[in-house]
Amino acid sequence: MSTIMKSLLVGTALTAASVANAVELEVTHWWTSGGEAAAVAKFAEAWNATGNTWVDGAIAGSGGTARPIIISRILGGDPMAATQLNHGRQAQELIEAGLLLDLTDVAEAGGWADIVNPSSLLEACTLDGRIYCVPVNIHSSQWIWLSHGAYEKAGLDVPNDWNEFVASSGDLKAAGTLPLAMGQQGWQQNIAFGAITIAVAGLDAWKAVNIDKNADVARGAEYTAAWEAVANARELARESNVQDWNQATNMVITGQAGAQIMGDWAQGEFAVAEKVQGTDYSCLPGLGLNPVLDTGGDAFYFPVNDDPEITAAQKELAALLISPEVQVSFNLAKGSLPVRGDIDMSTANGCMQQGLEILANGGVLPSSDIAFSQDTMLQVEDLMAQFWSGDMSAADAQASYAQLIEDAD
Amino acid sequence: MTVASDPPGDSAKRPRRLFKNWMAKLASLPMILTALVVFVGGTAWTVTYSFTGSRMLPKTKWVGFDQYERLWNTDRWIISIKNLAIYGCLSMILTLVIGFSLAACLDRKIRFESAFRTIFLYPFALSFVVTGLVWQWILNPEFGLQSVVRGWGWESFTFNPLNDPNTVIYGLLIAGLWQGTGLIMCIMLAGLRGIDEDIWKAARVDGIGVVKTYVMVIIPMMRPVFITALVLIASGIIKLYDLVVAQTGGGPGLSSEVPAKYVIEYMFRAQNLGQGFAASTMMLCSVVIILIPWAYLEFGGRKRG
Repeated sequence: MSTIMKSLLVGTALTAASVANAVELEVTHWWTSGGEAAAVAKFAEAWNATGNTWVDGAIAGSGGTARPIIISRILGGDPMAATQLNHGRQAQELIEAGLLLDLTDVAEAGGWADIVNPSSLLEACTLDGRIYCVPVNIHSSQWIWLSHGAYEKAGLDVPNDWNEFVASSGDLKAAGTLPLAMGQQGWQQNIAFGAITIAVAGLDAWKAVNIDKNADVARGAEYTAAWEAVANARELARESNVQDWNQATNMVITGQAGAQIMGDWAQGEFAVAEKVQGTDYSCLPGLGLNPVLDTGGDAFYFPVNDDPEITAAQKELAALLISPEVQVSFNLAKGSLPVRGDIDMSTANGCMQQGLEILANGGVLPSSDIAFSQDTMLQVEDLMAQFWSGDMSAADAQASYAQLIEDAD
Repeated sequence: MTVASDPPGDSAKRPRRLFKNWMAKLASLPMILTALVVFVGGTAWTVTYSFTGSRMLPKTKWVGFDQYERLWNTDRWIISIKNLAIYGCLSMILTLVIGFSLAACLDRKIRFESAFRTIFLYPFALSFVVTGLVWQWILNPEFGLQSVVRGWGWESFTFNPLNDPNTVIYGLLIAGLWQGTGLIMCIMLAGLRGIDEDIWKAARVDGIGVVKTYVMVIIPMMRPVFITALVLIASGIIKLYDLVVAQTGGGPGLSSEVPAKYVIEYMFRAQNLGQGFAASTMMLCSVVIILIPWAYLEFGGRKRG
């Protein structure tokens, strides 16, 4: 008994001693699914290799669950050393309150302005000319995932764009397949809405509404067409009773549904199910009509700390996260696109290659996280939830949407 | 600690009233402070900041009634209020009726009473999150009740409340009743046990039927028990949140949203404290509007007769 106690004590002392030499940084994030956890382990490995210690503070649940916890810890005077957030306007008030570390010197030393592609990612980290976050990956939402199995069963060719998909939907239905899988949650419906808008209303109209917040365009003819297309898509997804996005993706994987509009993270589900791009499923960026991608993603912020040793380590970590090797290993595991254009991603699969090509050609849009405040986002998602689940007419929805755009700040 | 019980004869040199039972008052000071600072202070703070344009952080940027105007123009809030009204009325009535009926059945001196009591009370030991998940599975058409009944041979049987916007609130109600009636039953049973056996004998002598005795004699005698049950049910209804989150997530669409969920989501997900505070102030108002007439009836006027 006493020997056990003694060995435990010795063990504890040893751990404490070994940690004392290095700087321990607690990093909070909400990457908890299989692929995500594997990706964040790449960060931890790289950081531990420098002789420091990565204390993993994973918060289960999505960003919606984790963000309030993270923000209340920063506000409550118990800041972690680093934390994931989506870049954009989520952290703006924290920066204004002086709670986040200014990384401008690290960014200048690393030449981030030249290497970060697209540059809008760095702009989203910038407030009044100072840089406050490190972008680590790019996620885009304008993808449609098509099930080859479902189309073979119906004896149809796999469509090459949204219009072909809509045209084929009647035959799919006749073959007993649900044309469009849709998780009944506002944010997923909003993604579908955004993707269809870009494809149908066109880029100029989309930019006028989402970037310039022009409510007149939101009331205009292009958006009327877009809303009618969305109302049509709603009918295609009418029988889709699932809630979570991965359940909807699973319907595409198993061939119960023809397609799903979802971000590039859906690819992880296909990979886990060991499906092969091109033979089991296809992906069409921008729904095959307008090959552009938005550039949302994740970034790391570093709350201000009194301890100069920790502050130095925070800056070291910031530089590490964006270094080429870490970017490659992390993004391959995560299935997202890297934030720098100057690294070799040739091992990535077909869908990622398509995404990289679009990025290289400059087909980028700011993500809605960057364009809108969280408040406006939630109101739009509420409208989407209401629209997709009920019988609201396209015209009514368009009027409500235009009003939200007009009130957006 | 012995609390000085005040001795009856020496009222002549009685000290100031404030210091009477000072030990007891000192002991309750922390609770008084908690009540004043945390509850009253917190409420006042929330109401005050509901008139500001606070976003992620509270700021004193006054905007008057803007937050309230926006709140009452929001479809989601209106839907939430309607849902709570439907759920509240039905839950109140059904919990009382079912709870009392079960208690009355157990009170008829049946066999295995304690076993039944345990079974009925058991759901209350579960958290709302567990209840919500369990009923989400039971009501799931793919592998829940519907598929079981179809497996028995009734092929056309359809029971899928959670996926229909018009019926989802009743799906929540079923889960809420399943969880809540056990406790009310126990309280009612305790009340019934407190009724003097002689009342029953007198009723039997007068030839009054069992049901009529319950309705006309026993229930009026159980007034305090009903008040307790009413308060418990009502507070459960107002704070309805976790059941919805676990069972439906507010869906399909917005059809099972409730006010408490609106408050939480606008405060933290939308990072719009002002809007969340305005909504929670409206929740407080609705409670006060119900509470004041009731408190007036209960405590005002004819008391101490």
